[in-house]
Amino acid sequence: MNGIPFARERNVTLCHVCGYVCPDDTHVCPRCESAVHTRKPNSMARTWAFLIAGLIFYIPANTLPVMFTTLLGSASENTIMSGVIEFAEGGSWDIAILIFIASVLVPCIKFLVLGMLLYTCQRRSQWAMRERSRLYRFIELIGYWSMLDVLVVALVAALVQFRGLSTIEPRLGILFFGLVVVMTMFAAMSFDPRLIWDAEVEDV
Amino acid sequence: MSENTLPPSTQAPGRPQVKARKARISLVWLVPIVAGVIGLSMVIHDFLNVGPKVVVSFLTAEGLEAKKTQVKYKNVVIGTVTDIALSEDRTHVLATIELNQSATPFTRADTQYWVVRPRIGAHGVSGVDTLLSGAFIGADAGSSEETRKDFTGLETPPPVTFGEKGKRFILHTDDLGSLDIGSPIYFRRIQVGQVVAYELAKDGKGVDIEIFINSPNDQYVLTDSRFWNASGVDVSIGAAGLKVSTQSLTSIISGGIAFREPKYSPDAKPADSNAEFKLFEDQATALAPPDGDPKYIRMRFNQSLRGLVVNAPVDFLGVNIGRVVSVDLDYDPATRTFPGVVGAVIYPQRLGAANDKLREQAGGGDEEEQTTRILGGFVERGLRAQIRTGNLLTGQLYVAMDFDPKAPKIAYNPKARPLEIPTVGGSFDKLQEQLQAFVDKLGKIPIDDLANNLNGSLIELQKTMKNVNGQVLPQVTGTLQQAQKTIGAANATLSDDSPARLQLGQAMEEVQRTARSVRVLTDFLSRHPESLIRGRTGDAAPGSYKGSSSSREIAPEPAQ
Repeated sequence: MNGIPFARERNVTLCHVCGYVCPDDTHVCPRCESAVHTRKPNSMARTWAFLIAGLIFYIPANTLPVMFTTLLGSASENTIMSGVIEFAEGGSWDIAILIFIASVLVPCIKFLVLGMLLYTCQRRSQWAMRERSRLYRFIELIGYWSMLDVLVVALVAALVQFRGLSTIEPRLGILFFGLVVVMTMFAAMSFDPRLIWDAEVEDV
Repeated sequence: MSENTLPPSTQAPGRPQVKARKARISLVWLVPIVAGVIGLSMVIHDFLNVGPKVVVSFLTAEGLEAKKTQVKYKNVVIGTVTDIALSEDRTHVLATIELNQSATPFTRADTQYWVVRPRIGAHGVSGVDTLLSGAFIGADAGSSEETRKDFTGLETPPPVTFGEKGKRFILHTDDLGSLDIGSPIYFRRIQVGQVVAYELAKDGKGVDIEIFINSPNDQYVLTDSRFWNASGVDVSIGAAGLKVSTQSLTSIISGGIAFREPKYSPDAKPADSNAEFKLFEDQATALAPPDGDPKYIRMRFNQSLRGLVVNAPVDFLGVNIGRVVSVDLDYDPATRTFPGVVGAVIYPQRLGAANDKLREQAGGGDEEEQTTRILGGFVERGLRAQIRTGNLLTGQLYVAMDFDPKAPKIAYNPKARPLEIPTVGGSFDKLQEQLQAFVDKLGKIPIDDLANNLNGSLIELQKTMKNVNGQVLPQVTGTLQQAQKTIGAANATLSDDSPARLQLGQAMEEVQRTARSVRVLTDFLSRHPESLIRGRTGDAAPGSYKGSSSSREIAPEPAQ
């Protein structure tokens, strides 16, 4: 598009791990002995698979309770959204927004962005390729921050154990939520951003 | 770089290899498949685990919270309240409960639901744990075959849980008193059960109390057991002194029921479940022989009924056979008087053996006819009701029924309902009549005439007295003076130195001497009786007297 030549045109391949420029026909990086591919193998299918798995896990992650709290005998189970609503109704808007962003917004953005990237790559769309690759980098960056929720629950459940007065236990939902985050991270990892640019050439 | 140097010729077959791999389905698709299977299995598990939904209506949703309040049976969670809504007419709260799959028995038609809240009452404290944890809904599955979706929640926990061993009985009483659900039932002062329900009798003329006696003590409820209200304190003063009797502190505050079999009950069997009993006012009436069916009678009295109160006893020959239930006034237009109408109930069975014999003699017919006939016979023979004074101090009256053979015949109407018993005036009435008659007689005495006569007599008397005063008294004075003089003269005559006295003394001495001479003579004559004929001889003792009249008397002796 902008005349930057593809590696294939120069008959070289980049090692994914150490960045060594290998000759086109090498299969193992001469420097770090990792497998060398011109593109991440089976990238689209893997990304799709992880993305779909993440989406499936996202349903129980939101419907099942993530936390079980007992405070002075009154027990309650909270899902992610009910926790957000509870904080919002309690007046803690800041915490509610924080949890909402980390637990709801970020995974949703990841699903949308990854889905959009995959879709456009499969359609070999040449629309806003630079912005799309920027989006991909953003996705990779924020990916693990969603684990914040899982960490909070794990920490709180470990710390708040005052028998009789107040206890907090993790519930199944948080496991699924963790799986969602892992799956989206896998999806983001298995996506090869170079596929965005492959739309410029006819054959992959 | 050192080891792996593939010849460039392999490049050509390399590309088709890649293409072949593309065509194959990647193993990575297992990940979403596994995810899908997990998700699906959870959905299926949930779906299978979803138990029935029931809707329970409560009066208030106090303490209930949707999605938080749990439903427990024996403190095991069997479901959750998922929704709380108002009923359409806004009188109730409808709590939707999602039961667990295992809690299907709790949809049986006679399942009971109630809200467990902290309760503090006379029977004790319950539900303390809910102070911290909030209220929960208690449930007790029934035994019915049918199932239901809508239930009416109880406002108080049922006192008896399903499946508890024991028997239920029904007690009939006039009013509930201080009894309540949960009130204890005592047998020999040991709590053996409790009141589980009560309701008004269908005709509204009493209360039906349902009680539950726990096993094994339910076997002590016999067919002729007597139940009485053991609430409160009984204080009685008798010859033995003051006596206070109660059941327990709880029963004083919140009421209770006690039962006992009568002392003599030879053929009593354990009562069946749901047997019906009468609840008596107190122990004494409960253990008294049964009264049987009351008979209503009516009496008309032509006298004041002051002092006759409802519940006053009705006596028959001194036996208390009933009580007064009403005291009313009637108006008799013929005589323009207000007769008092007294209604009373009598218990023929209180007559005991007499009643049985009378019924035997009365012949066939139902009890009502028999009673009518017996009473008819009594009235013919002079049965009359009378109001008598039971207590002179307080003026308490009672109705006494006695045979009065002299009573005038009165037509007895056997068809009349209530049966009417003829009456006679009371004992005080009779006394009053006699007094009246006496006063009437007194009134008939002509006091005025008597007084006039008396007046004339008095005037006469006065005149006489005047005469006496004017004429008789001066004469009397003269007479008295005369008498005084006479007495003075007599006095002078009889004094010590008077001549008459002296002469009297001398005369007495003369008489003495004469007497002595006579004795000498008689002595001489007794020794010498012959001297009367021959005269005095020499050896005869000297004597100075000659025999006179007495010598003649002595003369016949020697002749014998």
